[in-house]
Amino acid sequence: VSVRIGGGQGFYGDGASPSLAVLEAGVDYIVCEALAELTLAILQKDRMRDESLGYTRDLPLYLQLALPFVMEGKTKYITNAGGINPIAAGRVAVQLARAFGATGLKVATVVGDDVRPHAKELGLPDDALFANAYLGAKPIVDALEAGADVVVTGRVADASLFVAPLVHEFGWAWDDWDRLAAGVAVGHLLECSGQVAGGNYSGPWWEGFDPMRIAFPLAEVESDGSAVITKPDKTGGMVTFDTVREQLLYEVHDPSRYLNPDVTADFTSLTLTDLGNDRVRVSGTRGTPAPQTYKGLVCTPAGWASECRVVYTWPDAEAKARAALGFVKTRAEAMERPIEEWCEEYFGVNGFGGPTVDVAEDSQPPEVIGRLAWRAADEKTAAAVGREMGVLGLSGPPGISSIGRGGGGGKPTQLLAVDPFPVPRSLVDAQVRIDVETVE
Amino acid sequence: VTRIQLVDLCGARCGDKGDISDLSLFADDQLAYDAIRATVTADRVKDHFGRLVKGDVTRYEAPNVLALKFVMQDALGGGGPRSLRSDNLGKTHAAALLRMWVDVPDDVAAGARRRRAPISRP
Repeated sequence: VSVRIGGGQGFYGDGASPSLAVLEAGVDYIVCEALAELTLAILQKDRMRDESLGYTRDLPLYLQLALPFVMEGKTKYITNAGGINPIAAGRVAVQLARAFGATGLKVATVVGDDVRPHAKELGLPDDALFANAYLGAKPIVDALEAGADVVVTGRVADASLFVAPLVHEFGWAWDDWDRLAAGVAVGHLLECSGQVAGGNYSGPWWEGFDPMRIAFPLAEVESDGSAVITKPDKTGGMVTFDTVREQLLYEVHDPSRYLNPDVTADFTSLTLTDLGNDRVRVSGTRGTPAPQTYKGLVCTPAGWASECRVVYTWPDAEAKARAALGFVKTRAEAMERPIEEWCEEYFGVNGFGGPTVDVAEDSQPPEVIGRLAWRAADEKTAAAVGREMGVLGLSGPPGISSIGRGGGGGKPTQLLAVDPFPVPRSLVDAQVRIDVETVE
Repeated sequence: VTRIQLVDLCGARCGDKGDISDLSLFADDQLAYDAIRATVTADRVKDHFGRLVKGDVTRYEAPNVLALKFVMQDALGGGGPRSLRSDNLGKTHAAALLRMWVDVPDDVAAGARRRRAPISRP
C-alpha cells in the first residue's frame, strides 16, 4: 500500500488555493513547510516587537483549509510554522481547531530546537537574537505515534517533515539509510510546493503557465521508499523529468552527500523515470549515516540599511543615473558618522547580472534605474543618507524621475546575519519534548 | 567546434544557503552533458561571476540527471537578511550563468533545443 503525501506550502506567504487542490486530490498527510533562513530573520523581527509572535502567521490560513479533511480522518497535518515560537503556534492551532468544533482532535507541538540556553557551551555570541538547531524526523514520528492529527514544530529540517510520516507508516529503522535517504528525496522534491511542478522552471515554463490553476505537488510513496511525484488532476503546471531534476538539485550543495539530520542522502544514486501524464518515478536512492552533529543557525544584528532609487531616461540615461548616485554618495561620505558599505546597481544596464553582462561601450538604454543601498552601524546614520537625495530634484542631472509611488528612499531596516554552526546531538535530543493537547 | 551561449543548450536553477549561491546546470542529453562537463569548469564560473562572487567555486557532478552543480562561497553580499543587493538570494544567478559562451562540438550545438518564450505585446 502506498502513502500519499502532499506539499501544501513552500514558504511563509505561499498560495493557499493550490494547497486545497492537493487536499481535494486525497492525501494521507499534508506537509506545510514554512521556513527559509530569511523567514527566521523575519520572525525574529516579529518577536522583537511582540513576544507572543515568532511563528508564521499564515498558519491558520493553511490549517483552516485542511481541518475539514483532518476532522474526517482523511489526512494528517504537519507543519514547521512554529518558527522560533512553536508554543505560540501550537496554541493558535488548538484555538482554530476548537473554533471548528474539532473535539477530540489531537494537536502536538514539538519544542526544543531553541539552543540559546546553551549559548555559552556552544560558543554563541552574547547578542544572538535566535539560535536554533535543525531537528530531524524523530519527534514528529513520536507525535504521530502518540496519535497526533496535527503536528506543529519549530525548526525541523524541511525534508524531515516528510520523512516522519513515512517512518511512522512503514516502520523504517533509524539506520535504514537507503530508505531514509529515499524519504529525504521525496521530501526535498515536495518541500518547495510549486517549484517541482513547473514553478521557476528554466525550460518552456510558459507552456504550463496557468495562474488560476497552478498546482502544488504530491507523492505516492511505496514502502521501499520509491515514489511517484505528481500533481492533482486538472491543474496547471507540469511534472516532468526536467521539472523534477531542477528541484532535486535545488540548494543541495554536494548532490552525492546531501546532509539531513536523519541521513546523508546520495541524490546522484537515484533514477528519475518520466512516466508521462505529469508522473515521475524516483527510485534507487542510496544513503549513508547521518552527520555527527545537527546544523544550527544563529542570528546576530548586522547594522542598519536603507536605499534610494532614481530613474533617468535617454539620452545618457546611464551616465545621469551614475552621476546622481555618485552625488548622493559624495555628500553622504562628508557626514560625521561613516557609511560602512555601499551597493550601487543600474537596472536596465547590468543591475543584476553585473560582470556576467556584456555591456556595449556605447550602450544607450531607453531608461535606467539607479539604486543605491547602504549600511551604517546605527539607524540614524542610515536614515540621514536618504535626505541627501532631495537636492537632486532641482540641482542634479536633467530629467530625474521616480519609479512610481513610494519608489524613492525608505525607512531604514535592520540587517541580520544568519550563520550556521554545529550542535552536538545529545545536547538537543535531551531537551526536545512533545506537548500533545486534545481539543475540547 | 561551435561557439554557443549556454542559454541555448542548458537549463539552470539557483538557490541560496547563507552567503552561498548554489547553481545547477542541466544538459538535455549525454553528448551535451559531456560537452559542458569538459568546458564549464569551476574556474570559468568563478571568472564569469567576477566581483559578484568573492569566494571559491566548487563544482559537483550529477551524471544521473545530466547536471553540474556550482557552489559559490561569499556570493550574496553577506547572505539574505544581511545583503544590500537587490538580489539578496541570488535568484538571478542561474540566468546569469546561462549568459556564458562556450565552445562545444558541432553536433552538440546542432542538437541544442532550448527555446525562448514568445512575447505578446498589446
